[in-house]
Amino acid sequence: MSKALLYDATMCIGCKQCEQACATQNKLSYDDAIAAEERQSDHKYTVVLTKSDKFMRRLCMNCQEPACASVCPVGALRKTAAGPVTYDENRCMGCRYCMVACPFGVPKYEWNKVLPKVQKCTMCPDRVAAGKPTACAEICPTGATKFGERDDLINEAQQRIRENPGQYVNHIYGLTEVGGTSVLLLSSVPFEEFGYRTDLSKDPLPILTYRVLSRIPDFVPLGGMLLGGVWWITHRREEVAAAEGQHPKGDTKDQQERKP
Amino acid sequence: MKIKLTFWKLVFLFLMAAGFYATVVRFTEGLGPSTNLSDQFPWGIWIGFDVLCGVMLAAGGFTLTAAVHIFNIKRLRPIVRPTILTAFLGYVLVCVALMFDLGRPYRIWHPLIMRNPHSVMFEVAYCVMLYTTVLSLEFAPIVLERFNLQKPIKIIRGILIPLVIGGVILSTLHQSSLGTLYLIMPEKLHPFWYSPLLPVFFFISAIAVGLAMTIFESSMSSKHFGRQLELPILQELGRVLVVVLSVYGVLRFEDLLHRGMLKLTLQPGYEMYLFWLEIMLSLIFPLLLLSQRKVRMSAGGLYVAAVLVVLGFITNRLNVSITGLESAAGMHYVPKWTEIAVTGAIIAAGFALFGLAEKYLPIFPAEEPHRVVERQRAMAAQVLEHAGD
Ligand code: SF4
Ligand code: SF4
Ligand code: SF4
Repeated sequence: MSKALLYDATMCIGCKQCEQACATQNKLSYDDAIAAEERQSDHKYTVVLTKSDKFMRRLCMNCQEPACASVCPVGALRKTAAGPVTYDENRCMGCRYCMVACPFGVPKYEWNKVLPKVQKCTMCPDRVAAGKPTACAEICPTGATKFGERDDLINEAQQRIRENPGQYVNHIYGLTEVGGTSVLLLSSVPFEEFGYRTDLSKDPLPILTYRVLSRIPDFVPLGGMLLGGVWWITHRREEVAAAEGQHPKGDTKDQQERKP
Repeated sequence: MKIKLTFWKLVFLFLMAAGFYATVVRFTEGLGPSTNLSDQFPWGIWIGFDVLCGVMLAAGGFTLTAAVHIFNIKRLRPIVRPTILTAFLGYVLVCVALMFDLGRPYRIWHPLIMRNPHSVMFEVAYCVMLYTTVLSLEFAPIVLERFNLQKPIKIIRGILIPLVIGGVILSTLHQSSLGTLYLIMPEKLHPFWYSPLLPVFFFISAIAVGLAMTIFESSMSSKHFGRQLELPILQELGRVLVVVLSVYGVLRFEDLLHRGMLKLTLQPGYEMYLFWLEIMLSLIFPLLLLSQRKVRMSAGGLYVAAVLVVLGFITNRLNVSITGLESAAGMHYVPKWTEIAVTGAIIAAGFALFGLAEKYLPIFPAEEPHRVVERQRAMAAQVLEHAGD
């Protein structure tokens, strides 16, 4: 079964311990200056945003059907059965299509390095594989970030909304967005206020390109036959003429051979 | 003439020097210091212009080989070689530009062994790779002829038709796939340009640009090398161009209508101005011009229309890849001078290589006795065609 994270903004106290744990886990430096940065970057995979007394986490949503993995030409990004969307830096050639395609603007690039990598939260795949929660969920003192089975977390989120009407926006962000994500969000303020798009389609994005790509195997033989057929027909007249001895056979490039 | 030549040489040297400096910055300091790209805007003019426009401008290669070798339109034969040359140079330069843009250019071969068939980029990579091979094979006879190597020429001619068919299929695939690339971002690309028909638009416009480039090149060569296509051929190309542009225009506006975006095109705004600039240049002006018989029949008029079409569709590609993504990114992207310098140097190299090739290789069927034969042949062919009516 696939794992997921449930972040409940109403339980979050903005301590930013998840940011720190994430940095440690991914061997990124972390200090007060970085803690104060309010956006995701090549050195900050997750960020806790603050708006007066409200908080909201941002991190890679680890989509169920990730656009980033579907567009990566070399398969550097992959959705694992366990949930995490992983990145293999040894495959990546740096085309940055993943960055353009991600509906949440998650992947970041090491612009100032000569040999750059893509940087994003990969949902601690090693920990998850070992049966442990992600670093951020493990450290969270209030349970605002919770790790578990996606289905269980969905049930729990629905229950929290049901039992505390009025406390939550009636929406589990990530339940259906772009086909669902492995990060689920609950909030008391509209998600747009923290930059989450609520106009995303319910269908997974990769379908949009796959619909076109999947026609190619049919198109190639068909196109070949069609063009070959046209060639055969348009050159037929000359063959007839040649057979009747009226006109030199074939008007393809072989005439240049007869150059003086 | 002499002064002019030195002037262009100076321009060339200047562009090359600037490009060289920018190249050093790019490869010693990375993409950040050498470009205005950022996490919000990861693709700039190296993708939007060098790759998207580069591939589009090289579309004459498949359009013309298909017309001549498959559809057997013999009158167009004299321009097959210059168009193949342009296409070949175009694709080589696109690959060069990619080496600048990729974060890890030395891994450009990775798609060969690490496959993700669900990726449009993967498909484009394969098609471009294969098609560049096809083009080099189509181009090879010109070089081989220069050195009078008959054996390999014979071999290539033997497989010419399958080669051309393969080239046309590969081109159809990747010209349209450059549009498919953007299908994955329905929420990011502005509705003027996001359409399920993007692949179709990219393909049809590639044909239009292929035709326009052929007209354009013919006039350029006449200026600099004193060789030009015969007017009837240009007129014929102009006529086909009108048809292709009209089809494209109708489709484009039908699409806007069905997506309910037609009203939006009249609301003033940044995207609206660039949208109409594109439509004016690529459709309205050229079609107005070419609807005049006088213009359609004159080399000068056709040249102006062709230049407009090329500029119009360059605007289109930049709109799709840059303008249309700016509001979603929440910023304006303006290329850094080093980005422009690299692009400029690549274009300059393209012109220089074209000039060299035209000088030293049998690109134009210019030799007089040969030309007479050619003309007789064309006449004979025409007679024959009419005999069949
Ligand atoms: S949020 Fe973006 S980067 Fe993360 S899995 Fe989804 S598409 Fe990929
Ligand atoms: S930048 Fe790397 S990870 Fe992203 S799509 Fe390109 S190759 Fe894949
Ligand atoms: S560790 Fe938990 S409580 Fe602290 S900021 Fe992160 S999610 Fe909020």
